[in-house]
Amino acid sequence: MAEMDTSSGGGHKKGPGVKKGKKLSTRIDLTPMVDLGFLLITFFMFTTTMAKPKTMEINMPYKDPNMKVEDQSKVKESTALTILLSKNHRVYYYEGIGSDPNNPPKLEATTFREKGGIRDEIIAKEAKVDAMKRAGQLGPKDQTTILIKPDTTSTYDDLVNILDEMSINAVKTYAIVDISGQDQEFIHLTEQANGGK
Amino acid sequence: MAHASLPRKSTNVDMTAMCDVAFLLLTFFMLATKFKPDEPVEVRTPASIQEIPLPDVDVMLLTIDLKGRVFFAIDNKNMRKSLIENIDQYKNLGLTEAEKNSFAIGSSVGVPFNQLKSYLDAPPDEAAKYSANATGIPVDTSVDNPNNELAAWIRSARNTNPKLRICIKADGDASYPSVQKVIKTLEGWKIFKFNLITSLKAVPVGSAAYIQAQAAAEKKQ
Repeated sequence: MAEMDTSSGGGHKKGPGVKKGKKLSTRIDLTPMVDLGFLLITFFMFTTTMAKPKTMEINMPYKDPNMKVEDQSKVKESTALTILLSKNHRVYYYEGIGSDPNNPPKLEATTFREKGGIRDEIIAKEAKVDAMKRAGQLGPKDQTTILIKPDTTSTYDDLVNILDEMSINAVKTYAIVDISGQDQEFIHLTEQANGGK
Repeated sequence: MAHASLPRKSTNVDMTAMCDVAFLLLTFFMLATKFKPDEPVEVRTPASIQEIPLPDVDVMLLTIDLKGRVFFAIDNKNMRKSLIENIDQYKNLGLTEAEKNSFAIGSSVGVPFNQLKSYLDAPPDEAAKYSANATGIPVDTSVDNPNNELAAWIRSARNTNPKLRICIKADGDASYPSVQKVIKTLEGWKIFKFNLITSLKAVPVGSAAYIQAQAAAEKKQ
């Protein structure tokens, strides 16, 4: 019982039989704390969004029902390339804007392939416009203009892909335009000519 | 051969260093974290080479899912409160204060106005279920159409905060007409500049954009 009796009494002096309090180690087992720390890290790692989503900025052509015809920007037939987006991620394109009813444009079908797809056609068109500029057929301010006409059967993927092609090929002037009934007719005819596909 | 007995070592390791590292990482993640916003529906965004990050504040997010349902969200809680007050007045929805608060702390909305009251009345755990079966906000190509409720949302949101940047987050397989309706609505309010949310993909080697990026990188060095 002598060991228990350390604090009682008032005297500072401890008797010869009284033992000193055992010195406790200051070391604590940190393992549970580390466990907790890593648990929380895991939680935060899973809930966090590190990579911020990327965005594509898009400018639609200014539209106003009261806009006068002479204020609307005109696209030159020779600098224009019209791209029609159709079903099954198919892409149709033709030179010019297809405004001449007597001389209907010849549609070509292609896809978004890396090689031999629409990208090559855009590059070819840019080269053609550059050549015409050098030959003096076009003014120095003229540049390749691409009209994008997504058909009702196309998907959002197609739209983003074609807009992406614009930035990949550094096309400065392009516009998303509503598809006309005439263009839909062109697609229909081309599909039939290709065996109804 | 004499067997030299090795001194028995203690298996206790000093955990202090490990603890330090763990808490350092913990602090980093806690400060760097921004919780994933509640998404009403799963959307697979198409990939593009664009690297413009999504702005942090003043974002109006229009989500279009696979089936063409439209969900509407804005980011700031105070803004959401004033938006719902604005909408309540504009459309005479007769929402209670509790319902308005439920909107302010909620996330995306994808229900027509006639269901909004019951949607906001639902407890938070049921609201998620409600979103899964929601019909989406009715939208049309013309802003003058009274059924174009998205137009009303956008109008009120822009009245509350004119600085809002409009972001469209659509599923890659969503049909173009469903996206077109949203774009037409924006155009109806004379918004011709907006952002499409995309995931990142690599710039194709040899393309014009690739050459520009290379030139820019060389200039920096």
